[in-house]
This record gives sequence, C-alpha cells and structure tokens, in this order.
Amino acid sequence: MFDYKKYLRTEKLPHIWCPGCGDGIIMKAMIRAIDKLGLKKDKIAMVSGIGCSSRTPGYIDVNTLHTTHGRPIPFAVGIKAVKPEMNVIVVTGDGDGVAIGGNHFIHTARRNIDITVLLYNNWTYGMTGGQASPTMHIGDFATTTPYGSIDQPFDICRLAEASGASFVARCTTFHAVLLTNLIEKALRKKGFSLVEIYTQCPTYYRGAGKRVSAVEMLQGFKESSVMVDAAKKMSPEELKDKTIIGVLVDRDLPEYLDEYKKLIERVRKK
Amino acid sequence: MVKKRYLLSGNDACAEGAIAAGARFFAGYPITPSSEIAERFSLRLPQVGGIFMQMEDEIASMAAIIGASIAGTKSITATSGPGFSLKQENIGFACLTEIPCVVINCMRGGPSTGLPTLPSQADVMQAKWGTHGDHPTIALVPCSVQESCDLMIRAFNLSEKYRNPVMFLLDEVIAHMREPITIPDPDSVEIINREKPTCSPEKYLPYDFTETDMNPMANFGEGYRYHITGLNHDQTGFPTDDPELVEKDEERLLRKISRNRDDIISYEEKWLEDANVAVFAYGTTARTAKDAIIEARKSGVKVGLFRPITLWPFPDREVEKLAEQVDVMIVAEMNLGQMVFEVERCCRGKTKVRGVFQASGEPIAPRKILDAILEKK
Repeated sequence: MFDYKKYLRTEKLPHIWCPGCGDGIIMKAMIRAIDKLGLKKDKIAMVSGIGCSSRTPGYIDVNTLHTTHGRPIPFAVGIKAVKPEMNVIVVTGDGDGVAIGGNHFIHTARRNIDITVLLYNNWTYGMTGGQASPTMHIGDFATTTPYGSIDQPFDICRLAEASGASFVARCTTFHAVLLTNLIEKALRKKGFSLVEIYTQCPTYYRGAGKRVSAVEMLQGFKESSVMVDAAKKMSPEELKDKTIIGVLVDRDLPEYLDEYKKLIERVRKK
Repeated sequence: MVKKRYLLSGNDACAEGAIAAGARFFAGYPITPSSEIAERFSLRLPQVGGIFMQMEDEIASMAAIIGASIAGTKSITATSGPGFSLKQENIGFACLTEIPCVVINCMRGGPSTGLPTLPSQADVMQAKWGTHGDHPTIALVPCSVQESCDLMIRAFNLSEKYRNPVMFLLDEVIAHMREPITIPDPDSVEIINREKPTCSPEKYLPYDFTETDMNPMANFGEGYRYHITGLNHDQTGFPTDDPELVEKDEERLLRKISRNRDDIISYEEKWLEDANVAVFAYGTTARTAKDAIIEARKSGVKVGLFRPITLWPFPDREVEKLAEQVDVMIVAEMNLGQMVFEVERCCRGKTKVRGVFQASGEPIAPRKILDAILEKK
C-alpha cells in the first residue's frame, strides 16, 4: 500500500473538497508521480491560483504558494528563473488557468519555460458557485448561463500546442493510473509541460441542466475517452464527442531559461 | 582616487542603484515614461549574472518578482500610472504575505492613459491605498538623479528589513532628466539582507506573533517547507478565518511598519531655522520650490522647505511640529491636491495650509510657488 502521508501535511486535513470531487484523485496521482521520480520535497515548489483545485498545495508537504486569481504561472516563472534546480509545479483550474490567467498560460508556453502545469478542467467555477467557464460546451447550463451557453469553448491542449509547449497531455480522473504516468512524463520533460485533467464537480456542474453524480461523471469519462493511438485509426465521425487522452505533444524545443543562461555566458565572456 | 562620474537619467540611476543593492531579477512591461528602466536592466543584469524578463503584462511582472523574491533573489519591477493600477492586486499579495520587493512608478498624467510623456505626482495616494484592504505601505520619493540611485539602495534595505514591498515614486521629470552622478560601490554602502530562520524547519513559524512583530523569512528550496497564501493565515501560514487570529495578524502587519516609523521616515529640512513660512514639496516640485524660496528670501520672507523623502508612512509628527513653528504651510504638488490632506490632518489646525496644485502635465513653475509665498507677506 502506497504511503501518501509522507507527502501530506496531515495536520491540515480534512481538506475542503466536497464528497465526490475529483481533486483528491489528482492529488494522489501527483504524489505517486513525484514519489516515482524520487523528487526531493525541499526542491519542489507547488504554485496555485484561486479556485478549488488551487487549494491542493496547502495539503502537500513541499514549498507551497497559493497566489492570486489567474496568476500562479508568472509567480512560478519567477521562482524557476532564480532557482532553476527546483521542480516547479502549477496547479490550476479552467477558470484560473485559461480565463483570467489565459495570457500567462499562452506566453509561458510560448517561451517554453520549464514548469509543469496541471490544469483541472471541470467546465465550471466550483468555488464561486457554478458559473460558466471558458471550456464549457455550447448549450451547457450554469448559474450564469440560465438559457444555455452560446460561447465557443477553448480546447486547452490545442492552445498549449499552438503556443509552443514542449509537452501536452490529456487525461481524466477515471484514468488514475494513466494520470500518474502522464504527470511523471510531464515532470521529466524539459520545457513547458501541460497535463489537462477532466475532473468532476458533482456539486455545481449542471451541463445538461441537472446535477450529475460523481459516479455518473466518472462513467462518462470512461465511455467517452479514447487513447491517442486508437484515435489515430478512427474517423472524424467516430471521434465526435470523444475525448482523446494520452500524450498529445512531446517535442524538444529550446527552453527559455537555458537560453538565458547561454546569453549570460555570452555577455560575460566579452 | 577620483570617483568615476556618469551622466545618467533618473531611470538609469534607479537601475544602477538596484544592482548596487543586490537586485538580480527584474520583470516588467514597457510603458512610458519608465521604459528606460527596463532597457537598462536588460543590458545590465546579464552582465552581473542576473535575469531580466519582459513579461506578457504588468500583472505577470508583479507576480514574477514576488515569485523570484520568495525563491531568495532581490527583485524589482518598474512601471507608470496605468501599469501601477494593474499591479495593485499583487502588491497587496506581497503586503499580506510579507514578501520583499521594490516597485518603481514613474508618475505621469492621469487618470486613464492621461499624459504618457508628461510629469505628474498624482499617484501618491494610490501608492498608499491602491491595493484593497488595510495594509502597510512604504513609499519613497527622490528629487534628483543621484538620489534616485542612493535611495534605491535604501528602498531594498527597507524592503528586506521589514519584509514589505516598497513603492519608489519617480515623476517623469526626474525619470528623464540627466545629471552627473556617482554610482556607489556595494562594498562601501550598507546593504541589508532579509533575516533567515535559524530554528529547525519543524519549529519555523513564518507568521508568528513576536515581540518585534517581524519574522525571519525562509526562501523556497532551502529546507523550510511552508505555505504562503494570499488568504488571511495563522502563524504557520495556513488559511484561517478565526476572528481573533485574523484581527491580531492584521494589526501586527500595520504595527510592523508604524512602530518603526523613525527608522523608515526620512526628510530634508532647508532654511527652516528662522522660518515662519514652510513649503511642503517632494520630488521635482521640491526643486522648483527651492528656487522660489531663494527668491522669496531675497525679498526678506523667512521661508523654508520641508521635503519628505519617505511619503508613506507619512511624517506626521514632523509636520505637526513644523505647524507649531510656522504661520502658514504651503503644499505644492503636481496634482489637484492629495498630500495636502495629510498635511492638513497633521497640522491639526495649528497653522494655515495653502495649496499650490497643478495637473496640466507641466512642472510647477517657481513663480507660482513664489506667488503663494508672497501672498503671506
């Protein structure tokens, strides 16, 4: 049996999450990935913004920073810039990460700064009571879309890929083992690494207009997900309404802080 | 040995002062009239092994310097009016979480886009109250290029000592004016670095209630694993809404600065010994006030200058004492009347307070201040 206590601030438990929330599943997957890689707790900085998922760092026994809404990525950039030997992990949500924090997300991916972003996507603002999110689907209901959403949703993985990230993966809370594996790969990869994780908010998510239980949502993740290799053999019609999970992008690109180090060497040689 | 002299702008001098103070991380976003500060850092920081980052926006710049400071590097950003507004939320974060950093604001005309390349002193209240909630503020205002450099070292020292962001208020005139200066040798000036914890990591309380109201600061990655949050927190740094703890910590934060006001407050007094008229002026306006005072003294008016170098915390006792001496206090500032309210509050009716205000985008001419002085006579 895996001992999570080694990585938890047990005195800070119980956590604030609702029964059925997916955030605990992701936290455990992250801890297993950290343990698998043998990362030193002193050398991990975990940074979050505002929202339910952003409460994660408080429970984990590493260097933890709970910042302002939408801004965890630039805070993380500051840490990484001056202590590049640290493993810097950002925990964020769909609202925090790509609504209010969208500008930081794309530009940090563009510079390909070596941080790992775990973006919990539950298509809603859980902490503030179930308002519309930039990832929710057209027609979805939320407390601020009483007549159904008319917004085009973001595809977060495509956004990261187009912006220049080295590593992009998608997973769901149903696929906990795969999730551990993907977080491990993301942590290992040099450059900006994103893992988007579909997660359930049984308390506030009302996509089709009514509450969905955690079990039903996990069942939905299981049925709608297709591994990236299998998806390659499927037609666009077959892939309609499916979620492609696995490693979507894995490429070697120059990393900003490496390049900056070279710049310093070049300048100081003169 | 003759010290090397440089002909620099106030903006350049700020950057040189910061580097002398040990700053090794700058994050910023271009904005007039502060852009030359970023340009200077982009040139100079790699030479000393530091990092300059042009961020995607002002908000990210403020966030990044707080992050870098948490990781142990003295950090700074620079902006002007509109950018200063954007930075306010994260400035509040640094106040509550007690992270040292320095924020330069080259004041230009406003509100909104205002007058991008023209001077103003209209952000002095924003420097105090720009971010929401009760919070401690330190704000410094230089009046020459040399002082921009020297005072910057003091800004970092105060920031590190009191674990508080320091606002550094230039105006466009000082920012772009060139004067010959000497850049201090870091070995010859006092440099204060944050106090680090010496206790075992298990016993470390980053936000304890102590006799001094202050706590040592552990940098990330150095063995003290703790939690930093923008939520009100207990002594461990973990969120709390316990009314007693919250109130006690909010009071501690303010007291941390107020009880050390004598150490933080600095000011210049000139020609005040025999004065029955005082001019209260800061930054560029203090320079024109000096000209006006010299002229007025030629016609026999006993007038002197009180120039605050620390605007926040406000030199309240000093102003009150001066109010007991003079018959009239003239407050000259490049806005429509901001610090004048503080002066009036501190004078407690003990003297007449007269304002010389201007928000036209031009520095106040000595003549205008002279007229105000002579009106007394």
